[in-house]
Amino acid sequence: MSTLICPTPIATDDRVQLGHGSGGKMSAGLLKARFLPHFTNDVLAQLGDAAVVDVNGQEVAISTDTFVVNPLEFPGGNIGSLAVHGTVNDLAMMGARPVYLSAGFVLEEGLPFDVLDRVVSAMGEAARAAGVLLITGDTKVVERGKADGVFINTTGIGLMAPDFTPGPARARPGDAVLVSGPLGRHGIAIMTAREGLAFEAEIESDSAILYPLVERLRAAAGPDVHTLRDPTRGGVASALNEIAAASGVGIALVEPHIPIPPAVAAACEMLGFDPLYVANEGVLLAFVPEPLAEPCLAALRAHPLGRDAARIGRVVDTHPGMVVLETAIGGTRVVDMLPGDQLPRIC
Amino acid sequence: MKYLTEYRDGAVARGVIEQIRATATRRWVLMEVCGGQTHTIVKQGLDELIGGAVEMIHGPGCPVCVTPLEQIDKALALAARPDVIFTSFGDMLRVPGSDCDLFHIRAKGGAVRVVYSPLDALDLAGKHPDKQVVFFAVGFETTAPANAMAVWRAKELGVRNFSILVSHVTVPPAMTAILDAPDNRVQGFLAAGHVCTIMGWTEYEPIAAKYRVPIVVTGFEPLDILEGMLMTVRQLEEGRHEVENQYVRSVRREGNQPAQELVSRVFELVDRKWRGIGEIPRSGLGLREEFAEFDAERRFALEQIRTEEPTACRAGEVLRGLLKPFQCAAFGKECTPERPLGAPMVSSEGACAAYYNYGRFRTAAPADV
Repeated sequence: MSTLICPTPIATDDRVQLGHGSGGKMSAGLLKARFLPHFTNDVLAQLGDAAVVDVNGQEVAISTDTFVVNPLEFPGGNIGSLAVHGTVNDLAMMGARPVYLSAGFVLEEGLPFDVLDRVVSAMGEAARAAGVLLITGDTKVVERGKADGVFINTTGIGLMAPDFTPGPARARPGDAVLVSGPLGRHGIAIMTAREGLAFEAEIESDSAILYPLVERLRAAAGPDVHTLRDPTRGGVASALNEIAAASGVGIALVEPHIPIPPAVAAACEMLGFDPLYVANEGVLLAFVPEPLAEPCLAALRAHPLGRDAARIGRVVDTHPGMVVLETAIGGTRVVDMLPGDQLPRIC
Repeated sequence: MKYLTEYRDGAVARGVIEQIRATATRRWVLMEVCGGQTHTIVKQGLDELIGGAVEMIHGPGCPVCVTPLEQIDKALALAARPDVIFTSFGDMLRVPGSDCDLFHIRAKGGAVRVVYSPLDALDLAGKHPDKQVVFFAVGFETTAPANAMAVWRAKELGVRNFSILVSHVTVPPAMTAILDAPDNRVQGFLAAGHVCTIMGWTEYEPIAAKYRVPIVVTGFEPLDILEGMLMTVRQLEEGRHEVENQYVRSVRREGNQPAQELVSRVFELVDRKWRGIGEIPRSGLGLREEFAEFDAERRFALEQIRTEEPTACRAGEVLRGLLKPFQCAAFGKECTPERPLGAPMVSSEGACAAYYNYGRFRTAAPADV
């Protein structure tokens, strides 16, 4: 083995790095190694977007999410609207109708009230639009420098409907993979606002409430909606890899069918990013049996959010656990999870 | 996207592939010099599509990959200093040095920032007069003009808290080193289109003539690369060894002369170590004496940091095209992008990372790649 020593293995990790928050392999590793062993139970073991529990015969979905976005305000939304959308969408992906929200705020000393007011007002507006009631909350203030303006945690409760239980482990060979809209807008909008990059066209975050699309899919395909997923952090690539692993199936994507807005594609080209790994906050992936693909697409397209819905691939029984993409020029490649965040490249 | 989608057209690509197959009477061995081209080839699956007609060897043109361990160690030492804000392009942050990477230094409290241009780093120096701002000036001839401009501006403005840690390399000496190696297999080159946009191609003409090897200046889109392959294969079949230009929409024979002039006023040719390859004489750029005050190595007395490359490193064989990434026993096992043992596994443009990320080791039979 001595001939195989490439330069210098890296020292064992002894602390948290930013990559642990990327939604890629490092995040998954962190969860598995340092959190899950301490909290073993059957509900947690579902590891879906939300946990589903039975309360006196009513199935209830519960999901929690913490929002630390920088900048606090960005084209298409702010941390307040995002904190509502993120959590109600996680409930919707389990098929649940979101009903209640809690919110916890960590405020940094010195945060201007006009910023806070805009954030909270956007939150209220988003909650009303989603049809959820914010029923409990908490605020804490920390010294300047100990937080980044405001951090928000929201926990949501949703009600499950009978005979509608989409889940990450239910994708089956023969399913069509649908996406409800163009990809990559949230991640690029944040990146552009944060880094002060200017592209020819402003890209707005797609942050939106997805439950109306879920209702339409339910009407079109009912219990045959096998899997729903909002590809947030880590993008479509990470979401599809998790579904492929959970369901033990392969996923075959067709690159030219994947809707990437030209402005997102241009920004990604410049930064050396792959749009499949860029975060979305207003797009869902749906897995339905092939014969229901067209009715489901029509149902999605009937709503403004789903106007550009597209079929991007299919579930196969070859290469289980893997996502394979047929490239525009006819080659193939594996679309794996990234270890950490995408890094802007040199040239 | 305008001016891009037309270079990714599947039907046209199939046509060019058919032409390559029809032209090649044997399996020619070509090297794409630039990591950006390696990335396209593996990402788009060109290596599969081209199959038996051409064997592509992935060259040393990934600046992240060839930056020597010693320079990484110097960067780590600088970034750990409390008086320094260390700035870099993003993809250098995960490159392993002797015992950690820049991400680790940042997690331990070092001020490490990703910038998109050396001029952004210079701006940071203006905003933080109490700190020393150092920019990691890595890359081939493509990034040299912007780095030269930052130093030039810093001198003009009399900025005292800005310096660069230089690890610039140039392409032609690396091509010569590959051709001089006794075990060389490369029969033709796709030269790096972006480097030639700056430098033109006059310096490649003596190489093509001396080694009787065709060199085609090639772009980065799938159709660019296929067309570059076709032009190289035609030369080989016809017994020609010329410098030709496929990337006509960007490259002129003389290159960008104002940029070249700026580079030569600020930098001079120096001997440079290449990770995995060793020292190549006059293959790098270093700051000229007039700009020595902006050289981070001098400002922070980093000369005492000396790191020897491990002699048994197989990354060198990959960078020289003697070993396919998946032929290394550590590939995908001990060595992954999460925990890279060697530099080519680090950058998305490194040959090993490209093969790993796009799953070549899982989908293609090694003999066919």
